[in-house]
Amino acid sequence: MTARTEIDAPLQRRTDWIWHLGVVAFLAVWWLVYHQLIPFSEWITALFPIDRHSHTGEAIAFFFYDVPKVMMLLTLIVFAMGVVRSWFSPEKTRALLSGKREGVGNVLSAGLGILTPFCSCSAVPLFIGFVSAGVPLGVTFSFLIAAPMVNEVALVLLFGLVGWQVAVTYLGFGLGIAIVAGFVIGKMRLEGWLQDWVRDIHSGADTPAAIDEERLTMVDRYRLGIEAVREILAKVWMWIILGIGMGALIHGYVPEDMMARIMGADAWWSVPAAVVMGIPMYTNAAGVIPIVEALLGKGAALGTVLAFMMSVIALSLPEMIILKQVLTMRLIAVFVGVVGSGILAVGFLFNLIF
Amino acid sequence: MKTVKVYGPGCKRCETTESMVKDTAATLGIEISVEKISDPREIAMAGIMSTPGISVDGKLVHAGGLPDAAKLKDWLSA
Repeated sequence: MTARTEIDAPLQRRTDWIWHLGVVAFLAVWWLVYHQLIPFSEWITALFPIDRHSHTGEAIAFFFYDVPKVMMLLTLIVFAMGVVRSWFSPEKTRALLSGKREGVGNVLSAGLGILTPFCSCSAVPLFIGFVSAGVPLGVTFSFLIAAPMVNEVALVLLFGLVGWQVAVTYLGFGLGIAIVAGFVIGKMRLEGWLQDWVRDIHSGADTPAAIDEERLTMVDRYRLGIEAVREILAKVWMWIILGIGMGALIHGYVPEDMMARIMGADAWWSVPAAVVMGIPMYTNAAGVIPIVEALLGKGAALGTVLAFMMSVIALSLPEMIILKQVLTMRLIAVFVGVVGSGILAVGFLFNLIF
Repeated sequence: MKTVKVYGPGCKRCETTESMVKDTAATLGIEISVEKISDPREIAMAGIMSTPGISVDGKLVHAGGLPDAAKLKDWLSA
């Protein structure tokens, strides 16, 4: 804080302008490069001594187009979300949600779940922080379901690899599941199923005063955006390359109808099977989506694939182990049951419609 | 001597924060004792909702994400 106020005001304003111009320049360069990706991938593919129209040629072109495209989209969106999230904090979200009625509270909570910075490693302190401040249990669950499931990495990958219609649908139904599942859990009045010590904090309700709100300048917010890009790209780049690589192989080699037979809409059991398979699998959105895209391309039904993806992201075993510290097994079972039913419903609905 | 507590369940960022605190104190020549708190109950009781969090002499100064290097200096030397 002090270091920054010591700088002369005019100089400060000048460095601010350099930042603003830098962001604009970055957007312009991004736009130009993004529109050169197809020529770029064709150029790379032509360097290989392989027929462009062979399976291998297809796979190579697919790989060298999708990897840079997804990386660029991620950089842009993660940066934007990093900047937007700097206006939100768990403390502010809690203040907005405490004492909210169920229903309205669930809707607000799921929406804030997307905008509030969240990492699954702080799921437990966040859960306690919410519940102890009088945020209803069901409303807290809406937040905890939406925050990991509807995230910008999943949406960008769906948008970039499958199409915007599917991305928007995922956003809508992800929010829908978070709202409805939280509402249902709230109606069940399960506060007694928290671990004992959590209930004690709850009834005591003595949450210490929060830290003084840190004042951020616009440049600070840019920096937070850049930090978010660095952190997320470092975490997911390998998954993206692996995932798109797998996708490219499936794209080029797996016979047209094989997936349609296994994961097609006709097989009713495919949706529950996809959900059950997704639970023990733990990967982030980046790892699973390129596979999803290739499966879809080969005739797997959209509902089945989305159900699989939601299950992998929202119902992960490691997260349940973390939550075990605050929830009893019975409550975790209800959580899995309610969220799982929501995902099943989405899967069946989609297979019916599309 | 200042007592600094670093709150975090053990994610990578929490470890980085702990070593940042130690390094900064060493550079400033301030003697501190660092305590790492990973019990979720204690983290919650301290009023922290996003980790890592830092408290200096019982006063919470930071929660969520890596601390800013310049601010960290201020907290430790205040």
